[in-house]
Amino acid sequence: MATYGTNDWKPGLKVMHDGYPCTIIENEMVKPGKGQAFNRVKLRNLKTGRVLEKTFKANDSLEGADVVDTDMQYLYSDGEVWNFMHPETFEQMGADAQAVGDAAKWLKEQDMCIMTLYNGVPMAVTPPNTVVLRVVETDPGLRGDTAGGGGKPAKLETGAVVRVPLFIENGELLKVDTRTGEYIGRVKE
Amino acid sequence: MVDWQPAAKLETLRTRARMLQSTRAFFSTRDVLEVDTPLLSAAATTDVHLESFATVYRGPGAAKGRVLYLHTSPEFAMKRLLAADSGAIYQLCKTFRQGETGAQHNPEFTMLEWYRPHYDTTALMDEVEEYLTTVLGEHISLAPTERLTYAEAFKRFAALDNVHTADVARLRTCAREREISDVPGLGEDRDVWLDLLMSHVVQPMLGQHGPSLVYDYPASQAALARVRSGPPDIAERFELFINGIELANGFHELTDAAEQRRRFASDRARRQQRGLRDVPMDEHLLAALESGLPPCAGVALGFDRLVMLATGARSISEVMAFPLERA
Repeated sequence: MATYGTNDWKPGLKVMHDGYPCTIIENEMVKPGKGQAFNRVKLRNLKTGRVLEKTFKANDSLEGADVVDTDMQYLYSDGEVWNFMHPETFEQMGADAQAVGDAAKWLKEQDMCIMTLYNGVPMAVTPPNTVVLRVVETDPGLRGDTAGGGGKPAKLETGAVVRVPLFIENGELLKVDTRTGEYIGRVKE
Repeated sequence: MVDWQPAAKLETLRTRARMLQSTRAFFSTRDVLEVDTPLLSAAATTDVHLESFATVYRGPGAAKGRVLYLHTSPEFAMKRLLAADSGAIYQLCKTFRQGETGAQHNPEFTMLEWYRPHYDTTALMDEVEEYLTTVLGEHISLAPTERLTYAEAFKRFAALDNVHTADVARLRTCAREREISDVPGLGEDRDVWLDLLMSHVVQPMLGQHGPSLVYDYPASQAALARVRSGPPDIAERFELFINGIELANGFHELTDAAEQRRRFASDRARRQQRGLRDVPMDEHLLAALESGLPPCAGVALGFDRLVMLATGARSISEVMAFPLERA
């Protein structure tokens, strides 16, 4: 893998830090008029998701990380392994619960998502920013309440529970933002 | 489509123009002479933390090409004028520093530099305050300026007593207490540790309630300043900070030619150790010092950063017509 100096550290670059693959979020030069220059860097640990702030001497370097994002179609899960397929090569790949993480509750069979491979092995799965899912369990709808101040929980077909307005009924299709877990609106069939 | 438009708003460029005018008026009323020295020089700065752009002149007298360096500050040429009895002088000019780009850096920027014969750091700090009141005070309200020594600043903001005698182990502990994660490769270079603490811990706290003038720097960071014998030895150097941003650096200037030559040689040795480009020392400056530089103090101020303060800009590119990415 190539080595990258501080001048190469742009947002999105994948590097190894303390044995973990990380992505650069921010890289700010700190340079006194007379004196040593530093780079103050924000990194996201791609395994744990944690964001850390580190300072490096200018012109220091980090080894690149073999991290690749690929579009994959979600096929099915047996509860232990989540199976995905590459849409063009039809190559199948299984990811464990740790790699799938929170994405599991948004994954519906046939949906496309992004799989992050680290050294060729699935490390993380990112669902689409929005998904359309059916309500399988919620309290009966309150007709007329369209403003819906309070809302109520609704369980979706993938197992996710989101807060929805009071008028939502069982069996309806909802659009949900997977980044915030928030209800966006109803979808007509 | 190529983005040809200026990065700065026209309103900002108008503020910039007004500030250039009031800078010239400020020095004109004080009988400080405006000078205009070359940007290209046969010599470069030897400072290990500064890299000069280099270019090649070809033409009459230089058929095979002659390396010239863009200056990183007009200091050397201005000191030659002082040695030629120019009296007080100032310059507003473009300055070039390789490798420096960021929210507060552009590799080409505007510098205001001025020299006052027979001033010491205290007298020059007074004039820096008057300059700020005149030029920046037209645009924003300024609280009174605070003055504190480098040691006081470290004591107050890094809880470090006696910074001048603290060893590397003490500085490292201080960095750890302040939750600066261990920075790889700092080694045992005391000045690098001081720079880390200054830039990450102390500086962000400086100039938060009006400008801060920090003076009496460690002798190891004298650069081109005089050193006052101690113990501890102290560099007669000051810096100006507003809102945690470094704005200016001033010296009670070193006038001793032999000492200047020693510092240049020591810089070059350190450059070699670090694998940096070897650059020629400025023999013109050394000859001028040998002939006699009047005792004087000088200060260099980052003019773009002053415009940032006047306009509330968060990035230096907002106050430049065409910063690097549009140059």
